Amino acid sequence: MEWITQTPLREPASIQKKVKCRSRSWCAVSVMMKSRLPLVLLACGSFNPITNMHMRLFELARDHLHQTGRYQVIEGIISPVSDNYGKRGLVSARHRIAMAQLALETSDWIRVDPWESEQEKWTETVKVLRHHYNESLRSLQFRKELMRKNWPIERATEDFLSSLDPVSPELKLLCGADILKTFSTPNLWKEEHIKEIVEKFGLVCISRAGSDPVQYISESELLTRFQHNIHLVTEWIQNEISATHIRHALCKGLSVKYLIPDSVISYIKHYNIYTEESERGK
Amino acid sequence: MGQAMISLFSRTSQNTQISTLVFGCDSEVLHLDLWLQGNHMENPDNKREVVLLACGSFNPITNMHLRLFELAKDYLHETGKYKVIKGIISPVGDAYKKKSLISANHRVTMAQLATESSDWVEVDDWESSQNEWLETLKVLRYHHQKLASSNPDNSLQSAVPLIKPGRKRKQEANRYIPVKKNQLSPETKGVPQLKLLCGADILESFGIPNLWKLEDITEIVANHGLVCITRAGNNAQKFIYESDTLWQHKNNIHLVEEWITNDISSTKIRRALRRGQSVRYLVPDAVRAYIEKHNLYSPESEDRNAGVILAPLQKYARGCKQEQTL
Repeated sequence: MEWITQTPLREPASIQKKVKCRSRSWCAVSVMMKSRLPLVLLACGSFNPITNMHMRLFELARDHLHQTGRYQVIEGIISPVSDNYGKRGLVSARHRIAMAQLALETSDWIRVDPWESEQEKWTETVKVLRHHYNESLRSLQFRKELMRKNWPIERATEDFLSSLDPVSPELKLLCGADILKTFSTPNLWKEEHIKEIVEKFGLVCISRAGSDPVQYISESELLTRFQHNIHLVTEWIQNEISATHIRHALCKGLSVKYLIPDSVISYIKHYNIYTEESERGK
Repeated sequence: MGQAMISLFSRTSQNTQISTLVFGCDSEVLHLDLWLQGNHMENPDNKREVVLLACGSFNPITNMHLRLFELAKDYLHETGKYKVIKGIISPVGDAYKKKSLISANHRVTMAQLATESSDWVEVDDWESSQNEWLETLKVLRYHHQKLASSNPDNSLQSAVPLIKPGRKRKQEANRYIPVKKNQLSPETKGVPQLKLLCGADILESFGIPNLWKLEDITEIVANHGLVCITRAGNNAQKFIYESDTLWQHKNNIHLVEEWITNDISSTKIRRALRRGQSVRYLVPDAVRAYIEKHNLYSPESEDRNAGVILAPLQKYARGCKQEQTL
């Protein structure tokens, strides 16, 4: 059964299946068991600027999760960090958001969310995850209420209805596998945050062929405990487009065509965003 | 390494200080710094026009192919000596008989879609429309003739290379092999230089027996030149060093280092497509849409030409002499 994200008014497929297989009373249940868990991917970062590689991570992660047979990825969210992060060379969030929006125009499932960039202070990753999870619960609640109001079958019982309720999507952090390594850097992450991230949410880590992220997991007791919630995806088609290199190339007047979308290149040129001054930091 | 050293020189030619490097007994070097001083005194706008030609299967074209052009252009411009005016993508004909090669019509169309947003790179289907497979050199010659005949400055009498003021003639002695009479010399003033653009894999394929004719390779590097995109630590420099032919014309072989690790091979793209995986952001969107619409790549398409011998191997193996040393 496909997770229904579109119109809440559409009759769920499982109803149809129930009608068709009259001989098996367990039909509805078996359909539910086979159904996939809806999932949302969240990527945090500078996106300074967004590159083809960033977007590729989403595509890779989605393919991988779909191939497990257990998940249906319903949304991808790019959350650019706020200006207060204070990283050298970080251009205004206004631009980084605009560039990401341009880049994602052609994507039907990935969007950029400005919430994190609008916060006054820098927000820890776990808080961004919590925010987006709460947001998805809120919209889910709204959808449930809408469904119940408009349900066509009169004899449906409350139990039956709740069994068909949309399941709350899981939210997972999408990142490079080197994040796992940074978990062990002293004072970079709070221990309880790491725990919450891997326990309550989960990670989808992309690594390049030849590297061994399993090692980082085995070196950490905490990560080992929740390894079932850490999905490792290998990128076989190496395409490492570092945003730092992109900025340097732009400063030097070198071409970055085919590394970042044309619309982003035009935007950067129009606003003269990446210059030697911006690299040095204000 | 010869070529790398020469690149270093051309960058420092902007200032008057020219460091001397000891090469050994290469007479070219003794004249090199004088030549550079001459170059420096020249009209700075007198840059050599270059057209880049990329031959290959383009099965399908990827963002990496397109990147090669951008990298090569930036590199040549940075030397201060060249102005790249055009890029040409020339997909190989179906007669090449490479495994999994799909119809040239599709490959040409995809390349056209991919270059729509480029104001200097275009696709040429002359090679792909030939009935027989053509050697790369023939494609180079064709495009060179085409450039020469469309050039208003062109004069058949000026087959003798014109020397720019300040340049020492002697140091060019090594640069030419005898040019065939019915051909225009590539040094004819006004005709842009046509260079073969390729990845390091093409360079290294020069060593595969019966894939290239030695005289073809010689003419390519002598009369035209190579711009070869490599990854850091790659074997390209070593490969040039180990080949007498390539070493002799190393001035005409430009090695350009790629600064991002870009491994988007067509083979991997086809594999991903067969497995229903996404190739977004690896190939231009229009190409991806076209592939999807026509369902171009499948296990069946991958098996095309399976068991068939590649055209050049067939051609040269038939008239096989002793293996020539590159």
